[in-house]
Amino acid sequence: MTLDGTRPEVRAIDAQAAWQKEFDRARKRDVEFTSLSGAPLAPLYGPGEAKVDFEGDLGYPGSFPFTRGVHPTMYRSRLWTMRQFAGFGSAKQTNERFKFLLAHGQTGLSTAFDFPTLMGYDSDHAHSLGEVGQVGVAISSLADMEVLMDGIPMAEVSTSMTINGPAPILLAFYIACGERQGVDPKLLRGTVQNDILKEYQAQHAWLVPAEPALRMITDVMGYCSRNVPQWNTISISGYHIREAGSTAAQELAFTLANGMEYVRRGKAAGLDVDDFAPRLSFFFDSHLDFFEEIAKFRAARRIWARKMRDTFGAKDPRSWMVRFHTQTAGVSLTAQQPENNIVRTAFEALAAVLGGTQSLHTNSMDETLSLPTEKAVKIALRTQQIIAEETEVAHVIDPLGGSYYVEALTNRLEAEAERYFAEIERRGGVVPATEQGYIQREIHRSAIAYQAAIERGTKKVVGVNCYVEDEKGPTIELHKIDPAVEREQHERLAKLRSSRDAAKAKRALDDIRDACKGTDNLLERFVAAAHADCTLGEIADVLRAEFGQYKEPKIL
Amino acid sequence: MQMTTKKIRVLVGKPGLDGHDRGAKTVASALRDHGMEVIYTGLHQTPEAIAEIAAQEDVDVVGLSILSGAHMALFPRVRAELVKRGMAHVLLTGGGIIPMEDMAALESQGYAKLFGPGTRTEEIAVWIQGEMEKRWKAEGAQ
Repeated sequence: MTLDGTRPEVRAIDAQAAWQKEFDRARKRDVEFTSLSGAPLAPLYGPGEAKVDFEGDLGYPGSFPFTRGVHPTMYRSRLWTMRQFAGFGSAKQTNERFKFLLAHGQTGLSTAFDFPTLMGYDSDHAHSLGEVGQVGVAISSLADMEVLMDGIPMAEVSTSMTINGPAPILLAFYIACGERQGVDPKLLRGTVQNDILKEYQAQHAWLVPAEPALRMITDVMGYCSRNVPQWNTISISGYHIREAGSTAAQELAFTLANGMEYVRRGKAAGLDVDDFAPRLSFFFDSHLDFFEEIAKFRAARRIWARKMRDTFGAKDPRSWMVRFHTQTAGVSLTAQQPENNIVRTAFEALAAVLGGTQSLHTNSMDETLSLPTEKAVKIALRTQQIIAEETEVAHVIDPLGGSYYVEALTNRLEAEAERYFAEIERRGGVVPATEQGYIQREIHRSAIAYQAAIERGTKKVVGVNCYVEDEKGPTIELHKIDPAVEREQHERLAKLRSSRDAAKAKRALDDIRDACKGTDNLLERFVAAAHADCTLGEIADVLRAEFGQYKEPKIL
Repeated sequence: MQMTTKKIRVLVGKPGLDGHDRGAKTVASALRDHGMEVIYTGLHQTPEAIAEIAAQEDVDVVGLSILSGAHMALFPRVRAELVKRGMAHVLLTGGGIIPMEDMAALESQGYAKLFGPGTRTEEIAVWIQGEMEKRWKAEGAQ
């Protein structure tokens, strides 16, 4: 009983009814009250919408189900790694950008490759025309990798490489490059994206069909668990799925479904789940819907922990953890009034931090127009440093845990992901669902719905469909790629091919061909081929000849 | 919206190694919704392959999408391959991440108009319809 004689729960119900009445009577703004992903949102969340069992659903940071974070101390021990994705032009130019970023306080490297490299073509292949050095750095050989890493202590700096189809070949270049620097592969730290499933689904830089591609991935998992134990062998990526148009729930569901497929494949190849699962890492997008994104990161940790422990029988807690990198949403940036992109990126970066990310890339304001200038990338890096050093948000672990809204969103995203897992299962698994184009169609459907909402005006984009200014052209300076890079790469490759031991290179390629026909570990052969100065394109040609090329299903 | 009686046939093409297809597919779907017949080439096409499909399908419009920066190398080649196949008359357009000065250069090389990020699909559709009506009217008057 309270002082005025009413029972508290009755007073609470009365208060709720009174609020609801007030709310219903009031005039509302004429907009759609939905999440960025189009899900309807209540005006107020309370305990009724956020059913959470503290022990079972949240727990403590660093323990199952990791909803609140993968480390017991989170950012009190160590801030997230500030890792700007960089790469353009020649290996030498990107090496200079790497050193610039390290000099300004960046704590890890992340490499962007150009399309020829991503597709397994040398810079001088006919298909590479006009693409060399454009969206990333051109790396066709170990010699190029050595220039890229020149003067960078490979035993100390961790390096992420965003490459998939030919990922094992680039990893081989990196391992061989370390060996030439005198670094034991056991000391190398970093990540190779190596997530081919989302390439078929969203990012579209592939090499061979799914089955041989998955075999190469299990070869990487096996080789690294023995020889490069600190290397993250796959970065299971939702980023590209989201950028291709998916909703937050689809990003979550398809990414984790892909992850589970890699675990199945590793187990089927005879590996112990606890030998490779701790080296799986994740990569998510952080889009503009602040709370939905934070909930997505929390849901990802909880779902993966449950699946790994209960479905896949992993015993090592490290196998249960979603450790993830985040990149702010490139698609949220606008070519119009590009300075506004700094603000968008800051909100997205903050969501990633409040969601407990392990590393973060913040996009530069000019990225809808070109690759970033030094000035733009420095502002992007400073954005992270301001969050880390000035806002005090990193002192408290999972600060939004227990928010009725965030817990309700976390539950909803988990439930939506489960519905997608069931549908993918019904289609025979992730590989058939991708080969049938189901996942691609789902992503496309969401992309179209989003575009339609912008054109209807129900989703607003400042500078695009509201607060529009008459702009004559970009108001900021842009980064241009020097066309001489392509010619210089041709010359470097010609020199390499004429100066190497031709018989040794041929033998290394023959060994790869034999391993393709059998079951020997391909990564081991790629490392040998790297040392023999075989080029990326030559190795990839063997794979294309032996395994065939991937053909995308028609969805349109 | 004014409707043309004849259906406009459009080829949406992705030349080069660029994997970004969200824009191309979104535009292709939107043009279909505006009553056009749309053929989408799929990814990773050579200029020759795109021109070949355009000729075989006898399209009225070719729209290319490149976000990888290879537009100055590939857009002129697609046009050259179209001309080789007697397709110089098609309405050439496209879009992507293309700096203003490159847009101007390509527009002086036979590209009627190029569209950048943030463009409404409606704007592209209405522009194509307007251009094709002008062309068909001019042909009828001959």
